[in-house]
Amino acid sequence: MTINQSGWRPEMAAGEGASASTYTGNRALMPEEALIFEIGDTHTTGVDIADAPQVTSRLGGLERRWEFGLPGLSEPETVRHYTRLSRQNYAIDLGLFPLGSCTMKHNPRLNEKVARMKGFADVHPLQPQETVQGALAVIHELAEWLITLTGMHGVAMSPKAGAHGELCGVLAIKAALEARGEDRPVILVPESAHGTNPATAAFAGFRVENIPATDEGRVDVAALKARLGPDVAGVMITNPNTCGLFERDLKVISDAVHAAGGYVYCDGANFNAIVGRVRPGDLGVDAMHINLHKTFSTPHGGGGPGSGPVVLSEALAPFGPLPFVVRNAEGGYRLIEEENAQGDHAQSFGRMTAFHGQMGMYTRALSYILSHGSDGLRQVSGDAVLNANYVLRSLEDVLDAPFGAAGPCMHEALFSDAGLAEGFSTLDIAKGLIDEGYHPMTVYFPLVVHGAMLVEPTETESKATLDQFIGALRSVALRARQGDPALKSAPHFAPRRRLDETLAARKPVLVWKEAELAQAAE
Amino acid sequence: MRYLPLTDADRDAMLATIGAPSIDALFADVPAEARLSAPISGLPNHASELAVERHFSKLARQNMAAAHHPFFLGCGAYRHHVPASVDHLIQRGEFLTAYTPYQPEIAQGTLQMLFEFQTQVARLFGCDVANASMYDGSTACWEAISMAGRITKRKKVVLSSGLHPHYVSVAETMARFTGDVLDIALPELDAATDAERLLAAIDHETSCVVVQYPDILGRIEDLTAIAAKAHGQGAMLIAVVTEPVALGAIRAPGDMGADIVVGEGQSLGVGLQFGGPYVGLFACKEKFLRQMPGRLCGETVDAEGKRGFVLTLSTREQHIRREKATSNICTNAGLCALAFSIHMTLLGEKGLRDLAMLNHANAVRAADRLAAIPGVELVNDAFFNEFTLRLPKAARPVVHALADKGVLGGVSLGRLFPGADALENGLVVAVTEVVTEDDVEALAGALEEILA
Repeated sequence: MTINQSGWRPEMAAGEGASASTYTGNRALMPEEALIFEIGDTHTTGVDIADAPQVTSRLGGLERRWEFGLPGLSEPETVRHYTRLSRQNYAIDLGLFPLGSCTMKHNPRLNEKVARMKGFADVHPLQPQETVQGALAVIHELAEWLITLTGMHGVAMSPKAGAHGELCGVLAIKAALEARGEDRPVILVPESAHGTNPATAAFAGFRVENIPATDEGRVDVAALKARLGPDVAGVMITNPNTCGLFERDLKVISDAVHAAGGYVYCDGANFNAIVGRVRPGDLGVDAMHINLHKTFSTPHGGGGPGSGPVVLSEALAPFGPLPFVVRNAEGGYRLIEEENAQGDHAQSFGRMTAFHGQMGMYTRALSYILSHGSDGLRQVSGDAVLNANYVLRSLEDVLDAPFGAAGPCMHEALFSDAGLAEGFSTLDIAKGLIDEGYHPMTVYFPLVVHGAMLVEPTETESKATLDQFIGALRSVALRARQGDPALKSAPHFAPRRRLDETLAARKPVLVWKEAELAQAAE
Repeated sequence: MRYLPLTDADRDAMLATIGAPSIDALFADVPAEARLSAPISGLPNHASELAVERHFSKLARQNMAAAHHPFFLGCGAYRHHVPASVDHLIQRGEFLTAYTPYQPEIAQGTLQMLFEFQTQVARLFGCDVANASMYDGSTACWEAISMAGRITKRKKVVLSSGLHPHYVSVAETMARFTGDVLDIALPELDAATDAERLLAAIDHETSCVVVQYPDILGRIEDLTAIAAKAHGQGAMLIAVVTEPVALGAIRAPGDMGADIVVGEGQSLGVGLQFGGPYVGLFACKEKFLRQMPGRLCGETVDAEGKRGFVLTLSTREQHIRREKATSNICTNAGLCALAFSIHMTLLGEKGLRDLAMLNHANAVRAADRLAAIPGVELVNDAFFNEFTLRLPKAARPVVHALADKGVLGGVSLGRLFPGADALENGLVVAVTEVVTEDDVEALAGALEEILA
């Protein structure tokens, strides 16, 4: 097998499946697709551009020399290239996407339509504010919803994604401590936390210490209380947590942390489980990011863009980032930026991003929120939790549910690899599910459960869809318990078989090179 | 509610399977005092698609959309024509509603696209490797500074005064918490950049020097001497490109010695969107790739020996390394990267060059026309598609007066650098392929009236 060859076509392996080989490598509706570098060239373009008027260049002698290797395709070839690529992806539009902690719910197309209205999509962030009052109104309206739904004091809208939101919350904590003249170097993080939590705390200059979990999958409150002291800046807790359980004692924890002079950061990745039913502000939370691409249905887009507004308590709100939108007495809106951040706002820790955040995500999220309304959002969390418990109780006879005996789960059902046949693992179940036509659940997370499988069906799924999924997962789980060797080599029916991730990391090939260059590099 | 498929009969049947009396009972772990018994009051209930659309239409009409007016704003966000097929393709559900490609067997579409994107960005910037995108240009800029600190183990950062002030603000925010020491300055309304200041400031304690190209006033300069000085002191050169279309006309920073090149990719495929979501571009020399932040897509083979792509080198990333990660970032700007990549594929090198030359020619003609207005001077000697005018009075009120006349006439330096008196007469004007001669005449005519 040689790779990186111009005009590359796949080679069919001998043996299994070889009798079905085709000249093209295509399999009916499943085409193989070469890279643009193999099918395009630098002289082809799919765009007609008007002739430039004759002028004397003012490029200061910096003219770029040709060619540097950007291939073009004609328009029909371009449309076909990306359409063919798209068919190699699984997506919510194709079926249930039970990726725990990621909240893969339906993405309404109304959201896409409103985000593309010219008054939102075709306005510049530095236009005079009197020319963008409608855009500022959208930001303000969404901010009000987020504050009300969480029972908090304020919201920082600009963070670009969940981890950026975490950073915002942690920086607000750091700024608040600085204002108090206190140096508290430690942040406490439960073992079950998302990896972003310790990464964020470390980035902000804190030392991370882990807090253990109890046997029933919740934060060990006694251990946490014992660790509190004048060196602890705060805690970062996910609620509902990554085991799919509600942290019953969050209010007790918050009170203890506050009494010790610290702050409570809540990772809001799992807010979909409680929206409309619980306000984090009632539990003593000081900061919580909200992934608009999870709870509020903005599309994941194959890995972003996200959006991570952070709701803040009265104690932290003055330290939040610039800019933000306020409504003035006359009913108009204005941006508070560096130049007019006076009074309370003068304590802001500063700017986290150019311009004003993810406008295109705000319109989509607000469209979703207005469609559901207060009553509909409460139904969202109810149905999400109902669906997860239905999956949990329908499968706990064939999959080990480590916390199943403790009571209902929240929006996701957690299983472990206990009881699988010798040599069979969570990974085999995931790959088996691919052959059944599903995206796998989240695997090997949270780290506190061996061979974890985290299933989050969301409220998007009907009972019929869940019943079929449960049947498929049951079948795959039984094959893993019985040691079916065909499962070890799954997937069999996807565009690719299992991929060699070790090779990719050992000899990284991150860009395409012409064949001779690629061989020279060997 | 149209997005919720369960019926009450379904819910009852499922509750029976679970053995719970009601949905509310599933929330038993929530302390009673925190459990809400009814929908939150004071908020509207659900609404029809028609009603929601009507609400947004009303708000959208309260904005001056660029398409409906002569439009000249730039300063980090540029208005270009985006071919119709770009928006069609990114709305295919298989791209739009996919997750991060953690299961590569059923995500080859996204992964191959990212591999192509990385190669396009690397070649555009004149670098060896690129990552799968970042949040935006300003955060990519900070991540580059942070990366240089990891490599050089130094804390002193020299920022060009031509760097976008929002990018400077982001770096100031972060540096306050990381202990990096920033050397910053305000730009001057002059054809010359502050290259002399940078050359003098780089020493053996410098981690990196950061230069925007073209800079915030639209000026362009050869970066070779700055790169040489930096390298001689063991420091790194970071170049920031907020207008990637420029690199269809002018030399790539990587080819002039930049070690890391970051940028804002919004110009291609993404659109203005009032500032976001955009797409951060990040490229560097191959020897630094293991210190890069963000996601990386790499080539490999599957169990049958077929070429395929996976996310790779994740041992740098937060979900493996936790507090030792190179960055806390957990996402990229996948769909915007796709839009960028499709637009770039449609253009190809020929189309990009033609587009860049059209931008430059339009800008040259507009600059000459506007500089002919009495009292108005062109600051730049060299520029690509954006230049700075010195007006005979403060530019900020002029911009508002222009908007009153229906012309979105540029960005005043008073807006970008509030309180900097020496800059208040500066107006930055961007002229892309979408600007017509009539648009230029409309701006010139309105300016003449306002300045008269």
